[in-house]
Amino acid sequence: MSRPNFGIPKGLLVTLKNIIRHPVTVQYPDERLVISRRARGTDIIWNKNTCIACRACERACPTKAISIDVSRGEDKKLKVDRFQIDFGTCIACGLCVESCPVEDALYMSYSYERAVYRREDLISSDDELLPGEGKQPSGYAHPEVEKTLTLQTLLLDKDREDSQ
Amino acid sequence: MNVKTEPLAINMGPLHPSTHGVFRMLAVLDGEVIVDLEPVFGYLHRGIEKLAEEKTYKQVIPLTDRLDYVSSMSNNLVYVLAVEKLAGIEVPERAQHIRVIMAELQRIASHLMAIGTWANDLGTFFTPFMYMFREREKIIDLFEMVSGQRLLYNYLRFGGLSHDLPDEFLPAVRKLLKVMPGYLNEYEELLKENEIVLARSMGIGVLPEELAINASASGPVLRGSGVKWDIRKVDPYSLYQHFDFDIPTGITGDSYDRYRVRLEEIRQSLHIIDQATQDLPAGEVKSKVPLNLRPPRGEAYSHIEAPRGELGCYVVSDGSTNPYRFHIRAPSLINLTCLKDMVMGLKIADAIVTFGSIDICMAEVDR
Amino acid sequence: MRSFINYPPAPPDWPGGYWWHWLVFTLIIIAFVMTMALIFIWYERRLVGRFQSRLGPNRAGPFGFFQPVADAIKILTKEDIITSRGDRVIFWIAPIVGFVSVVMIFAVVPFWEGAVLVDLDAGLLFVLAMGVIPSIGIFMAGWASNNKYALIGAIREVALLISYEIPMGLALVGVILMANSLSLEGIVQAQEIPFFVLQPLGFFVFLVASLAEINRTPFDLIEADSEIVAGYNIEYSGAKFAVLYLTEYVEALAASVLLSTLFLGGWRGPILPPVIWFLIKVMAMFTLIVWIRSTLPRLRIDQMMSFNWKFLLPLALINLAVVTLVVFSSLPGWVAFISGSLVLIIYLALWSVIFRRGGKFVQT
Repeated sequence: MSRPNFGIPKGLLVTLKNIIRHPVTVQYPDERLVISRRARGTDIIWNKNTCIACRACERACPTKAISIDVSRGEDKKLKVDRFQIDFGTCIACGLCVESCPVEDALYMSYSYERAVYRREDLISSDDELLPGEGKQPSGYAHPEVEKTLTLQTLLLDKDREDSQ
Repeated sequence: MNVKTEPLAINMGPLHPSTHGVFRMLAVLDGEVIVDLEPVFGYLHRGIEKLAEEKTYKQVIPLTDRLDYVSSMSNNLVYVLAVEKLAGIEVPERAQHIRVIMAELQRIASHLMAIGTWANDLGTFFTPFMYMFREREKIIDLFEMVSGQRLLYNYLRFGGLSHDLPDEFLPAVRKLLKVMPGYLNEYEELLKENEIVLARSMGIGVLPEELAINASASGPVLRGSGVKWDIRKVDPYSLYQHFDFDIPTGITGDSYDRYRVRLEEIRQSLHIIDQATQDLPAGEVKSKVPLNLRPPRGEAYSHIEAPRGELGCYVVSDGSTNPYRFHIRAPSLINLTCLKDMVMGLKIADAIVTFGSIDICMAEVDR
Repeated sequence: MRSFINYPPAPPDWPGGYWWHWLVFTLIIIAFVMTMALIFIWYERRLVGRFQSRLGPNRAGPFGFFQPVADAIKILTKEDIITSRGDRVIFWIAPIVGFVSVVMIFAVVPFWEGAVLVDLDAGLLFVLAMGVIPSIGIFMAGWASNNKYALIGAIREVALLISYEIPMGLALVGVILMANSLSLEGIVQAQEIPFFVLQPLGFFVFLVASLAEINRTPFDLIEADSEIVAGYNIEYSGAKFAVLYLTEYVEALAASVLLSTLFLGGWRGPILPPVIWFLIKVMAMFTLIVWIRSTLPRLRIDQMMSFNWKFLLPLALINLAVVTLVVFSSLPGWVAFISGSLVLIIYLALWSVIFRRGGKFVQT
């Protein structure tokens, strides 16, 4: 440790080198990155036609965000009267989607914008859980959906392999 | 001339830019010199250990994400290992490999953040911080790719993983392995030899080897003091015995050594990931586990080398679907207890540097 | 014997004589200072953003150019809070003291040949005197806030002021010797070759000392965001904070202006009009300051003091010796350049070895 190392000029050169690199930040509302194909988005999408009212998702939920009212219809089949999710307590862990025994009944959504003005607006039930504008099912626990979505943008893609 | 002076008690935190969360330091200063320091914590207590007792075993996995949110994957791993030990679940080899890849990626991400915030504590105007976050972002992208979220992954399951890797994951990791060393060298150049960094951190916040062992410190804090102790080598889990890597250690145990140890560990982690991706076996990633897991009565303790040190998890089962007791040995908390001994007699600015070099996560300290 | 302040005769083309000249130039200077400060705020944020691989503010106006304006509107509409046990009067005066005195520096700065408010014979002394007063404003602000962080910041400021004024003054002595004048106009006139070539040592010392004076990294421990949160201005809000914030940037502007006037030849330059050259040089100096800010960590208070007394002061003295030798034995310019650079490199290498030993050699 007796050789001078001129660490400060070296550091200055490193920052100078970085000024030439393209910025990595993204101008969010104008420019949007493609999120993961398995994104666990801020919504849950429920298909009421295929749901068998087994309440597995309700039991799997760690925060008790899902509440389901089930009754037996005239044909002795279980049917869902009310399927309600409180997204204020939902932690988007995806355990409900994983636990669902039906192939295409429950999906995590492929969206990430869910700002509302009131807490009550975060409680969605029945028809509000159907897919809609800006609310598409994601490929989480659904490989067949995953294949149809576009590839996620990676920050790594901006690096050239020979750049270093 | 006799100047009458009195000690000045200042309260740093709980809301202070460099307390990395809600930590409070009650420092008594004589001029700028610290004569007494009392760490106060508990502001982020959420009762996770108690909460876990009323959730099923599987529902605890998302909870463990929230322990140390900077390295969720490691938290998942330690809990999953404990329950697997308790219930005697076998894990397929492919899943083991992927777990290793994830744990090491997580270590890199966490260490990068540690170095970045430490540099910020040194007083750089966010530049190394931003660079480190740029690299961390690349890893977070990979985690998002496999698990669907960027911070709270909830990826590991008993007996394996929730999903297999996507096809585009391995090429991305290979590219990361190629790109990363260059960036690391660059950042090393930025900080390692900078005279101000050296003057600010060498000999500052020295944790002697003896005290480090007695205080049961672990992770880079312990290794910075020159103790070659790494759970990955001492008590290997998840096939770590098959991988070749070194344990970097420091000499004096000062803040600078801890920084160097972290930087070297990133390199070693890259080496491990390289090996793990190269001989990644094919096959299943999840073994058959009952949907509603009821482990037999008993208890299990598992420990792993998390980025911040020895992360332990103790689970007691009474045969029901909920853990009877769930306890986390949080490395942040135990490393933090050394703080007072490390900063006594130093300047107030040194206390911040030392505190930053311990690299704690308050969510884990308070739980 | 001339009088101490030599009022310049009113230029013949100024109707109404001296007072019109005074009025117009005062307005020009205030406009210049305010615009440049706002431009600097924008420029620094953009440039630091690029250094950090991000974009910086780019929303308000073209390239985010009106960001400082937006910030000013926001900050002026904020509630004005005074701490309950604080010293109200001093709390009020402090920002004004700092701002007014730092603006007054520009009174003696030539923007063009003859374009100067007052060409004081003792211009440099005036600059030094006015340059100190913002520190008093900072101390007042820290003291009156009745806050421990602010007090620590204020005390650090005083310690820093006392130390760094000395190498700064000594670096200026070299300039005075070479220019044979104390007036800034005279100094610019004397710079056939910019002084930064003739005395690189002096340039370096003045740069470092002025970084300390304007509380920029690596000497920003008055604000020290990670330790004492924001130091002296922690309790300020609203318009008073805006003035303090503006003062910081006007200080940076003053430092860049002085660096370019004293060492880079001020408005002198080929082809382009002089005022453009002046602005280019000022921007270049500010870029250097921002570059340093975005790279270096902060020194500790004791390291900062020892850095001054053990490194900067001897360097300033060596510079003085070299300049004296060059001036009085009429050596050619290249001798001054080579000897100065050599000393600087050797000294920096030495320092690089000594300083990183941190505790052992440098600590007081």
